[in-house]
Order: sequence, then C-alpha cells, then structure tokens
Amino acid sequence: MKRVPFIVRFFSATPKQGWIAIAVAAVVTMILLPALHLLVPAGSPFHVSAYVITLVGKIMCYAIVAVAMDLIWGYTGILSLGHGLFFALGGYAFGMYLMRQIGRDGSYQSDLPDFMVFLDWKALPWYWTGSDSILWVLFLVLTVPALVALIFGFFAFRSRIKGVYFSIITQAMVFAAMLFFFRNETGFGGNNGFTDFKRILGYSITAPEMRVSLFALTAAMLLATLVLGRYLVTSKLGRVLAAIRDAESRVMFIGYNPLHYKLFIWTLSALLCGIAGALYVPQVGIINPGEMSPANSIEIAIWVAVGGRATLIGPVIGAFIVNLAKSFFTMAFPEYWLFFLGALFVGVTLWLPDGVVGLWRKLREKRAQVVAK
Amino acid sequence: MIPRIFLLLMLLLGCAAHAAPNPALVRQLAAEESDDKIAAIQKLALTAEPEALAVLQQLADGSLKDDKGEDISINNRVRRELEGALAVLKLIDPDPVVRFAAVKEIAGNVDAAMAPMLAKARDRETVPKIRALLVEIHAAATLKDPDPQVRIAAAKSLASSADPNTQAMLKAQSEPANETEVEVRRAAFQSYLAVKDRLTLAENIGRVFSGLSLGSILLLAALGLAITYGVMGVINMAHGELLMIGAYATYAMQGMFRSYFPDHLDWYLLAAVPVAFFAAAAVGVLLERTVIRWLYGRALETLLATWGLSLMLIQAARVIFGAQNVEVANPTWMSGGIEILPSIVLPLNRIVIVGFALFVLALVWALMNKTRLGMFVRAVTQNRAMAGCVGVPTGRIDTVAFALGAGIAGLGGVALSQIANVGPDMGQGYIVDSFMVVVLGGVGQLAGAVWAALGLGIVTKFIEAWSGAVIAKIVVLVFIIMFIQKRPQGLFALKGRFVES
Repeated sequence: MKRVPFIVRFFSATPKQGWIAIAVAAVVTMILLPALHLLVPAGSPFHVSAYVITLVGKIMCYAIVAVAMDLIWGYTGILSLGHGLFFALGGYAFGMYLMRQIGRDGSYQSDLPDFMVFLDWKALPWYWTGSDSILWVLFLVLTVPALVALIFGFFAFRSRIKGVYFSIITQAMVFAAMLFFFRNETGFGGNNGFTDFKRILGYSITAPEMRVSLFALTAAMLLATLVLGRYLVTSKLGRVLAAIRDAESRVMFIGYNPLHYKLFIWTLSALLCGIAGALYVPQVGIINPGEMSPANSIEIAIWVAVGGRATLIGPVIGAFIVNLAKSFFTMAFPEYWLFFLGALFVGVTLWLPDGVVGLWRKLREKRAQVVAK
Repeated sequence: MIPRIFLLLMLLLGCAAHAAPNPALVRQLAAEESDDKIAAIQKLALTAEPEALAVLQQLADGSLKDDKGEDISINNRVRRELEGALAVLKLIDPDPVVRFAAVKEIAGNVDAAMAPMLAKARDRETVPKIRALLVEIHAAATLKDPDPQVRIAAAKSLASSADPNTQAMLKAQSEPANETEVEVRRAAFQSYLAVKDRLTLAENIGRVFSGLSLGSILLLAALGLAITYGVMGVINMAHGELLMIGAYATYAMQGMFRSYFPDHLDWYLLAAVPVAFFAAAAVGVLLERTVIRWLYGRALETLLATWGLSLMLIQAARVIFGAQNVEVANPTWMSGGIEILPSIVLPLNRIVIVGFALFVLALVWALMNKTRLGMFVRAVTQNRAMAGCVGVPTGRIDTVAFALGAGIAGLGGVALSQIANVGPDMGQGYIVDSFMVVVLGGVGQLAGAVWAALGLGIVTKFIEAWSGAVIAKIVVLVFIIMFIQKRPQGLFALKGRFVES
C-alpha cells in the first residue's frame, strides 16, 4: 500500500464542505462575535452581551469534553462515568495559576492564596511549586489528567475490565477524587475550591478584551479538536477502535492488542478534557470539587447521546442543546429542570439511540426515498 | 473548702447521729453574717440527715424562708460552701440514683484528702454497682497516700478498672518523676498494662460492632441491587431512590400514626416495614414496565435511562415533601444503648438494624431458595431461553424479580431512616457504595454480597480509627478498584463457562 503524505491525509480526512463549515465557524466565533461584543455599543440590538459570550464560551468548553467523550464512548464503546475528573484536574491546575496571580490583593494580603492563610499554612505544598509560572502550569494541564488516565487506564484495560464494570469503576474513581478534593488539608481549597481570580498574565480577567480572547481561544480549541477527531476516526486507528467497540474478541484473534488502542484513545480523551477544564475556569471564575460529582460526569454522556454517538458534530450539538436548555430552565422553571433532564436521559435511550444527528439522517433518507419514487 | 467538709463528713459518718434538724441551726441560716451562715451549714451537714439535706437544698434554690416569711439571701462565698456540703451529702443520700450521680461527679476530681471519707462511704454502700465505683475512686484517692504500702495496694486494686482516666493516672504514677518508690512504680505499671489491655480490647469490640452495624446498613442498601444487578443484570442507577422511597414511606407512616393513633406512636416503625416494601415495589414495577423492559441486554443504555429515572424521582420527592430533610424519630424502644464498659456504649438502634438486616437476609434467602418463584428467578438467571422453553413466564418473572429487588431497597430505606437524614438526595450517597458491595461480592451471588458488606463495614471502621472517615472511604474505594483489577469476577465467582461478548 502506497504511503500517503501526512499533509494530504490530514486535509483529505475532512471533506470540502467540512473545511468550509470550519472556516465559517472560525470567522463567526473568532471575529464576528468578539467584534459585536467589543465594538457595538451596549444599547444596539446587534450588541452581544457579556452574558452570552460567557455562556457560549462555557458551552464550547463542554463541547470539547463531549467530543472527547465521544471518541472513547461513541467510537470505542467504552462508557466513562469519570470524565469530570480529568476536566476538573485541568481546571484545578490552571486555577492554581490564577490563584497565584492574585498576588497580595487577596483578603489577607499574603503571597499565599487566601485559603492557605486561612488554614495557617506557612509555605506552598511541594506539588504547587512553580504554579506561578504559566508555562509550568500549562505543562501540568497537559500532563496531569493524561497521566492519571494513563495509569488508571493501563490497569483497567490490562485486566480487561469492560462494559458496565468499567463505567462503575470510573464512577468510583471520580467519587473518591471528589472526597479527596473536598478535604481542606489536601491543598485544593476544600469546599470552596479556587475563586476570586483577578488576572491572567497580569491583565485583568474581567476586561472585555480578555473575555473575547478566552472565547476565541476556546473556539479555536474546539475546532482543532473536531479536526483532530476527524483525522483520527478516518485513520486506520479509527477503524481498529470501531472494531474493538463492535467485537473486541475478534480484534484480538486477528492479532491486534486492544490494550494499546484503548489506552491511546482514553489518554487522549482525558488530555482534551484537561484542556477544556483549563479554558473553562477563567471564563466561569470558579473551580470546586462539585465539578467532580458523579452526576456531572454522567451528564457528559447525555450530551453525547442527545447529539448522536459516533458522529463528531453530534456531541457539539448535544452539548449546546442540553446546556442551553439548562440555562433556560434554571432561570425560568428551576423546579422542572431535573424532570426535563431525567426525561431526556430516558427518552434518548428509548427512542433516539442515534441522537439528533441520527434523526436528521433518517429524515433525509426518507425524503431521498420519496424523491426517488 | 471541699476537703474541710469531707473531714467533717468523715466525723459524721463515724458517729452517725439521728436527730431532726435543729430548729436553732435552721434559724441561724437566716443570720446577717456570712460566717454565721457558714457555721450553720457545716453543722447541718454534720447531722447527715435527709431532712438537713432538704433544708440546704431549699437554701440553694432560694425557696427557704426565715421566720418572717422572707427569702434568705446568700452571697457567693456562702453559696460555694453550700454547694460543697450538698455534693458530699449526696454520697449518703437514701436514693441510690442520687448517690450514683454524686459518685460519678466526684470521680472526675479525686483528692488524697477525700480518701478516709470515701472509705467510710464505701463501707456503708449497699448497692454493688456504686460500691464498685467507690472502691475504684477510693483507690485512686489513696494513690497519692504518703505510705508506700497503701500506694501499692491502691495501684493493685486499680488493675480491674476500665476507665481511661485511671489508665492515665496509673501511667503517671509509674514514671520516676512522679513516684520515688520502685515497688509502687512496678505495681502501678502492671496495673496500667492490665487496664490498657482491657481498654484496647473494649475499643476493638466497639469497632467490630460499629463495623458490623455499617456492614448491615451496606447490606440492606445492596441486597436489592444484588437481585436486580446480580441476578437480572440490570444496572439500576435509581436504586438509591428506591431506598429514599422506603425512607419517605416510613416518614409518612410516622405522620399517620401521629394523627390517628398517637397512643401507639412507638409501633409506627413496624407498620412502616410492609408499607415501605410495597411502595418501593410498586415504583419498581412501574419502572420495569415502562422503561427497563425495553432495554434488556443493553447495559449501558439501561444505566443512562435509570439515571434519568433517578433524577426524576429525586425531583418528585422535592415537589411532594419539600427540598429540606424531614425528621423521622426513633421509637422510644430503639433509643438509648447498652453499656458494656464505661467507655463503650452500643446504641440500641444500631443493634436493631443489625437484627433487621439478618431478618431481611433470611427472608431473601428463603424466597430465592425455598419458593417456586425463587426457583423461576434462578432458572431465568441461568438460562433464559431454556427456562422459557420449559414454560417459565420469563417476562413476568423479570417484573416480579425487579419488584422484589425494589421492595428490599424499600426495607433498606426503613432502616436508613432511623440513623441517617431523610431527604430527596439521600439515595445518591448510597449508590456507589451499593455497587461496590455487589461488584466486590461477585455478581449473582447473595452470599458474596453479605461477606462483602460486612467485610467492607469492619475494614472501613478500623481504617477510620487512624485516618478519619473521608480518607477511610477513599482508601476503601481505591482498594476495591485495585481488587477488581485482580479479580474482575469478585470474591465469589459463579462457576461455569461463559463466552465474552
């Protein structure tokens, strides 16, 4: 088989319409929306408010997580109920940088973050050494979630834990981590987590310019994740992953070792979640152990299921549908939100196994059949 | 101040006088001068009469009147004297309950000067329990006696104590800084070791018991899951909410008894047992018929759908009963505890729950192994197609088995309502634990669930003793995760050959 050069392979992974859509999305999110927020005066009907920018930015972080979840669940058939851990780990790593950026402007005017002063600590614990350097913190964001996933995944996949067993263990993992982060003496701010951020790289975190920069960065990351995902699932690796999902034993009998493939996609998925968490924290302004509650992690699965498993755009659509609905319900009918979310879980699993994207495809097929007749 | 009174009391115990309180002395209590009042108090204490005690008690309450019918006022100095006299007089109070309380109070601050008086009180005492306490307090008081022989005797007699204070006192006495005589030090140290062993043993007994109690709670929470997950293979994430329904059923029964049978309020719990079972079972049937039925064989989908159901059940509980926790009271026959040693009390409600867990376990075992229904359930578990071929109505058996699992969760809810908060979110905390028990025990194994629950309970309590509750929970979760890596089939695997996927 002739070897195709990487660049050619990369660009041919996404069809032409796909690249056009990505370009349009990039222009809208990185130029149009920021301009409408910054340049159009607040009274104008075309002004995009800070609330919308923050909300959409937040949901785009969730969409990255959803795509990461889709890679492991939709394409490889491994349902993780612990992805909130990787998201939170990335968030905590970047959150500590933001805590250090507060400097002496905290309530206690100390070099240490307020919660450490409150606990009467005299020095930073060893694992936060260097957390005032953005480079080191970005390194942590990229490595810590991936490393945790690598170690956990190695042991889990090596002993061939799969299906619901794996799901339940990942839930236990995120639950244990939540309890650990809730403790005051572990150095993660306990109950309150990290909050009251002031600056990034010396610039105010509340400035509109900073807001749109983070927004554009998140959008770029989301688009990059989609392109990467597209490249992966159309590659030979993607085929092996789908084969593992459909018949793992046969894959082994043919001579592949599923461990390597599962471990790779699992670690990559955790890495993407960590990046999403790091982008999420400065936009939302807080990170606390609540992000690791098992309920949050299982909600990620419903984003993917609503949008459509084993499609790349599906999780993004699903993340937007569910989270926009959440914003709407928690403002308008807070007491009905859990009913709606619960019904969504039940309804999607019973009647919409392929999600919104699957529904769209089915409708198009029907129309094509009608036209053909 | 108090030692002086003790000396007086010692005299008085020697020549116990039996006279009604001297009216002159009572009148002297109303004197202008504080010194006169104090003298009168001391003399009244000397008479050791219950009537004198009553008069002094009245004086302390401010209800004692002088000849003109006016209140007698006392200042702080007199009040202190009065309190000392009252405390000591209580040691010879005719009522054993008062004496017991007095002994307990004095036990905290013994003094060498009290020793002779304590000896007299000890010799007079007739109730064995109070006498044993007085023996111990007397020994503790004589531990500082100037005579080394007395000290040795005191140290030796303290060896039978089970009080942490005594342990500390003996340890101090066995150190050269506090004790010059080698013999005394040796005796004190031997007694210290004896007391320490006894206390450690008692502590471990207490821990094993609280482990058993935690284990039986885990078992009650997980037993229903062992049927629905273990036997039927249904991942029911709404299992915690079935526990919640059982607990709310208990709350509702309590409310009903309060309104309609207030005289029999104590028995609401017994009435709640069947009500909770059937309420949870009814919800179980509803869930099985409407949702779970369509998802058999698709474990991950079942997991997500039942999670959605759990969210809806939680919100329904919030709408019906409010978001706040509701109050479910222990019946009086479940309050209090059994004291096995001064430092170890076994709460009655925990004992009842251990018993209840055994009862539910026996029920489930009998149902699964001794009835036609149980046989059908086991048949469907082992080979659904074959069971269907020989005429087992597999669809109906699924519903009944799921209802049974749900009903048992309801029973677990009754037990939880007695020891934990009852609120809409209460089930969420148990879902991870319950799954851990079932997975650790081995899917499809009731016996495995029992061993796993009790083992987890006891191990958790022992780890808690040196690391605190949260760390213990983390350690246990990490342990289970590692254990499953080694033995994915759990402690007790079903024997047989299986084809994967």
